[in-house]
Amino acid sequence: MRLYGSGLTLSYDQRVVATELDVTIPDGSFTVIIGPNACGKSTTLRALARMLKPRAGAVHLDGSVITSLPSKEVARRLGLLPQTSIVPDGITVADLVGRGRYPHQRLMRQWSKQDEAAVAFAMEATGVTDLAERCVDELSGGQRQRVWLAMALAQETSILLLDEPTTFLDIAHQIEVLDLCADLHEQGRTLVAVLHDLNQACRYATHLIVMREGRIVAEGDPVEIVTAELVQEVFDLRCEIIQDPQSGTPMIIPESRRRTRTPA
Amino acid sequence: MTVLRLGMWSLRLSPRGVATAAGMIVVGVAVSLVALSTGEFTVPIPDIVASVFGRGTPAAELIVGKLRAPRVVTGLLVGAAFGLSGAILQSLTRNPLGSPDFLGFTAGASTGGIIAVVMGGSAWQIAGGSLLGCVASAVLVYALAFRNGVQSYRLILVGIGVGAVLVSVDWYLLTRANIHDAASAGTWITGSLSGRGWEHAIPVACALVALLPVCALVSRPLRMMEMGDDAAKAAGIGVEKVRAVAIIVGVLLCGVATAAAGPVIFVALAAPQLARRLSRSPGVTMAASALMGAVLLVTADLAAQRVFAPVQLPVGIMTAALGGTYLVFMLRKERR
Repeated sequence: MRLYGSGLTLSYDQRVVATELDVTIPDGSFTVIIGPNACGKSTTLRALARMLKPRAGAVHLDGSVITSLPSKEVARRLGLLPQTSIVPDGITVADLVGRGRYPHQRLMRQWSKQDEAAVAFAMEATGVTDLAERCVDELSGGQRQRVWLAMALAQETSILLLDEPTTFLDIAHQIEVLDLCADLHEQGRTLVAVLHDLNQACRYATHLIVMREGRIVAEGDPVEIVTAELVQEVFDLRCEIIQDPQSGTPMIIPESRRRTRTPA
Repeated sequence: MTVLRLGMWSLRLSPRGVATAAGMIVVGVAVSLVALSTGEFTVPIPDIVASVFGRGTPAAELIVGKLRAPRVVTGLLVGAAFGLSGAILQSLTRNPLGSPDFLGFTAGASTGGIIAVVMGGSAWQIAGGSLLGCVASAVLVYALAFRNGVQSYRLILVGIGVGAVLVSVDWYLLTRANIHDAASAGTWITGSLSGRGWEHAIPVACALVALLPVCALVSRPLRMMEMGDDAAKAAGIGVEKVRAVAIIVGVLLCGVATAAAGPVIFVALAAPQLARRLSRSPGVTMAASALMGAVLLVTADLAAQRVFAPVQLPVGIMTAALGGTYLVFMLRKERR
């Protein structure tokens, strides 16, 4: 396995989020981490992306402890799309995507032919080529998220971590971004994403990690592991599971406390 | 963006950025020549050129070489240092208000300088006092704003608060000082280039020579950090290290500039933003900010000498008036 964490104790200051956590990302998978609010899913992703230093245990990348590798070297193998980033004033799409090339550049090698090709590919793959000269501030939320994805893509890493990539998007843009992620996975990248929507997670993940209170409750192929009992255990939600008519994956139909509308 | 390539080396430049820089250099040279040539005694420009090469008339040598040139050169260097300091600190705080004026660093330098003035210090001691004051206030503001790292808005709010306290300390010192010291301290805190000699220009020049390479090294990582710490870390940047180096460089530049000319406000605040708008570059750019700072300060100093002639204003009054106008303009624009 290229990326895994073992014996992780994760905390922000005094607040401990997880202890003795072992997490493994299968190579070539589209892994989705899911769980209720404050279960530690984003924290786990941040630890895997070396944004958060574990208090105990270590994250390993390609056989080395990730913090022992030069940071720029890690950035050429593992990319992250953070939950929120700041758009610099007046930056164009092409410029922002170009910044993804930072780990491949040096003071005296600011823009190689390879940089140019990687940016062109990333913009093409995310469908933002036509927006290249537009200012990022003027774009819609969906377009903007595609631009950030393009920037992460331009980094040309074989592992890409995405922290809630669909959070501020409407449903159409959510599907658009997830389809794009599935394409990227199909091209051979390992993807790890934190998502909120269980149904979307079941649809797109090849490997699902279900967390609660800093522990991994279940993991594996969503078709095999997602059951009504699991959802009850993890989310305290009674539900029915049916088959997604589109994808054949599990689909969660939550039970409501009240049945206000009866079918006529 | 235009790319220059040579073998495995490549450099990326925006044509508009290059044109803006060239334009600022032309304006800077023109204003400097006017400042060197005009005044109570006019020295024709050919004579100035001659005296630069050591072949001028004795009168021109005296007026240009001893009186006007050190003032102009100090103005250019101090302006560049303020512009760079503002660029670094605004980039770091991701806020156009994140200049040393608002972070309390300039106020710290003033207080340090006034303490030296009131204690009857020499010019060197005043310069040292303001440099120390600048560094001390930066340490204080940083420490007060620190809570698991430093948030930009907290840094600015704490800076404004510390600045306000320091201004009251300044006034206390002025009321306790004798009338002679109070008068010279009063001139000093507005910031002035009058009577500046080579002994003022040379330390700033040395500081710039030492710190410019560091600025060049941190400018690319700083630009990445404008997108947020996570985005920068994901690109492989040691965010904490870059931030520490950048703060130290920003504070030193501000401190050295203040030591030479007193706390001239507005240049560090406005230069990076004006440079950014002119060159239409995303985020803050160092080289353009330094050039803009230099042009702004020599121009303001020329205006301060000529507009109300024969009354000579300290340049700080000129920049304060311009700065107030600029701030109103900026805040109005932000509110839209």
